[in-house]
Amino acid sequence: MIKMRGGGVGVSARAGRFGGSVAETNAAPQRLQVAGMTKRFGSLVALDDISLTLEAGAFHALLGENGAGKSTLVKCVMGYHAPDKGTVILGGVEQTIRGPRDAHALGIGMVYQHFTLVPSMTVAENLLLARADLPMVIDRGAEGRRMQEFVKDMPFKVDLTAPVSALAAGEKQKVEILKQLYVDCRILILDEPTSVLTPGEADEILGLLHDMTMAGRLSVLMITHKLREVMAFADEVTVLRRGRLAGRGKVEKLTPRDLAEMMIGSSEIAAPAERAVQTNGRERLRLERLCADNDKGHRAVSNVSLFVRAGEIVGIAGVSGNGQTELVEVLAGQRESSAGTVTVHGEPYTATRAEMRRHKVFCLSEDPLRNACVSRMSVAENLAYRRFDEPPLTLGRWFLNRGAMRRAASDLITRYRITVSSPDAPAGTLSGGNVQRMVLARELSGEVDVLIAANPCFGLDIAAVAEIRAQIMRARNRGAAILLVSEDLDELFELADRLVVMFNGDLVYETEIAGADLATVGRYMAGH
Amino acid sequence: MRPLGGKPRGAAEALIIPAGALAVSLILFGIFVAFAGANPLAVYRTIYRGAFGSWFSWQNTLQRAAPLMLTALCTALPAQVGLIVIGGEGALVIGAVATVAMAAVLPGVPPPAVVAAMLLAGMGAGGLWIALAGGLRHYRGVNETISSLLLNYIAIALMNHLVTGPMRDPAIVHRPSSWHVGEPNMIGLIPGMDVHWGLVFGVVACAVTWVLMEHTVFGFGARVVGGNTRAARIAGLSVGRLALITCFIAGAAAGLAGMTEIAAVHGRASSSLVAGYGYTGILVAFLARQNPLAVIPVAILLGGIEASGGLMQRWHDLPDATVLVVRGIIFLVILASEPLYGRFRIFQQRTA
Repeated sequence: MIKMRGGGVGVSARAGRFGGSVAETNAAPQRLQVAGMTKRFGSLVALDDISLTLEAGAFHALLGENGAGKSTLVKCVMGYHAPDKGTVILGGVEQTIRGPRDAHALGIGMVYQHFTLVPSMTVAENLLLARADLPMVIDRGAEGRRMQEFVKDMPFKVDLTAPVSALAAGEKQKVEILKQLYVDCRILILDEPTSVLTPGEADEILGLLHDMTMAGRLSVLMITHKLREVMAFADEVTVLRRGRLAGRGKVEKLTPRDLAEMMIGSSEIAAPAERAVQTNGRERLRLERLCADNDKGHRAVSNVSLFVRAGEIVGIAGVSGNGQTELVEVLAGQRESSAGTVTVHGEPYTATRAEMRRHKVFCLSEDPLRNACVSRMSVAENLAYRRFDEPPLTLGRWFLNRGAMRRAASDLITRYRITVSSPDAPAGTLSGGNVQRMVLARELSGEVDVLIAANPCFGLDIAAVAEIRAQIMRARNRGAAILLVSEDLDELFELADRLVVMFNGDLVYETEIAGADLATVGRYMAGH
Repeated sequence: MRPLGGKPRGAAEALIIPAGALAVSLILFGIFVAFAGANPLAVYRTIYRGAFGSWFSWQNTLQRAAPLMLTALCTALPAQVGLIVIGGEGALVIGAVATVAMAAVLPGVPPPAVVAAMLLAGMGAGGLWIALAGGLRHYRGVNETISSLLLNYIAIALMNHLVTGPMRDPAIVHRPSSWHVGEPNMIGLIPGMDVHWGLVFGVVACAVTWVLMEHTVFGFGARVVGGNTRAARIAGLSVGRLALITCFIAGAAAGLAGMTEIAAVHGRASSSLVAGYGYTGILVAFLARQNPLAVIPVAILLGGIEASGGLMQRWHDLPDATVLVVRGIIFLVILASEPLYGRFRIFQQRTA
């Protein structure tokens, strides 16, 4: 585990600057207690008697897998959900919070995973917009002066006059935080605040927040599933698992291993597949000056050239929205390229069904329910997608062999341990991990020459992630050429043989994984 | 929109919700007739009698159900590929005009050959008409619902132009009409019934298209396209081809309805073809949850309501438009019941 606090931005040098005088003007945060919080959705117990104490000036991490109940807990605190049982106690006084407005009035603010800024307005206007008590007529001069004062003693430096649309993701996240501070929220709840940031940006922002808590100006409750961030920045941690308290404690007394065990419990985790040594395989996939436009008709992928050999995983790193989605869509046949060529096995490739079959090209797409399945068709039908029109799944040339389709599905369901009541259940009733396992069974059960994978583990729990990564590695070891697009650098460093960085539609950096350096990759991702 | 209830869970839901919607519509209609001064219970009884009370009314009902089955397919089939097409009326009219034209260019040819040619002409013209809406959608991004609706008006205007001009038979004075296709070329009635062959065409078309959608390679691809276009593209399916062929088959069904209206009922094209079968067909398709097989009983049900219209007027002194009111109420209630799917836990299957 690498400690990267501050990300080389010189935060620690600045940290000493806000001491007594600033803390006097800004009231210190109060201690926030959540007691016996219980929330049911129908028969599902989302939260089971959870208690948590956020001390004044603490940096507290709320850790857990997807679906563990982290978001439900903070939504109960913010008043989005009415809890079935439990109370919120602020500074020793029990509070009834009926909605975010009540929460703001008490000085509790929340920063969401996705931005809630108005892109066409300036930073100053966005800050102003956050005020609950905006007057009918805004005295821009007075507000401007007030804002200058405010920003002066904030460690976050953002240009107030810049339109939000011109800011990078890290800057936008800073504005989100400033917005909460501007309306005098001293208890800040952050929901996965770093998921859209580069590692460098994440470390900078978390470092600044950490310093503000150290100075006693702020309490932070951060939802996350990244162990690294917890270890590097948090003082205390509460771990949830399936709606129950799985552990809590001071971070300094815990190891990443302890935390991982609390998060996933006793469920077994597939061991990472060994990376078999491959001699230089033959080139399978080649992109030559490939260009593509996004939905708005703007150039999203520009002149991307790249090749992937058999038995090799080439990883594409990048902050989301830099053209990776469009690139994958072109390769998967969901988008037309505007220029350039794709060749597989040296032959031109346009992602028709015949070409996919001839060249054994398969695809693991992100968000499979949206991209690769029909939720109202059955699991058996979804599993038959690639082969429904060839023997043995056909009768004669024209008719489907439903029996064979069902048998093939049952076989795959067993082999890939898909949890489903019957092959006839609609795919939409499966959980996220099972949907991805279903797609995996369909795409990787046969011979694979080329695999396009895009964020294949996004939103899945640790056990499912380990299993899917092992499958991808095994496909590589069997000789598949794999192009892996991912926003998760850990995933890329674990799986890839070679790494390229995509920024603004362009490939800007390439390195063998053996010599790759996280900080350098992060810099290229941010466009430096 | 969720065409084809398919599996067990969907089946019960797809039966009970439309049945409930139908019941609610009849209650609302009862309130309407009460305001119009009639006794709702008596009106319900009249509807039953007029639709299914005797062999005579059954035949009347089936006669009306025949074109409804075919025009309903014009909406139900495109729904399988995710398109909402409401152009059945236009495809029927175009199919009818093509039928008359085909008969006119084959004078002196033996009747069986003329009937076969008329079939092909009607189906081909209707198919191309709806494929045009599908093509506009696929190649130019034009909303297929709106374009198919507008194509209805174009089809009707085109027919009016032809029957008042180039195709007009001057011997008919009370209503501009085209030439007759010739008595020997009429297909007549099913032996032993007072119902024309259109009923057989309708039932066969529903059964064949159901098999096509549920049990063939083509249908599988079409349903993938309708369920998730992005997934279809990842599987390398040619989305445009599947959608266009499906639209063609849908239009051909409505064109076949036009052909039977000519060759079994009217003999000539005129404004009496514009009887609303296309629009009632949309209603049938929605009530049948876009399932071609379910179209058969639903078409008979709505055919019955239409058949009882005359009795309702005569016995209860209700206005002419009463049948239109029933149709409108049912359509609104069906659309309003759409969000109820998936809301009732009793229909949900428990899965991990």
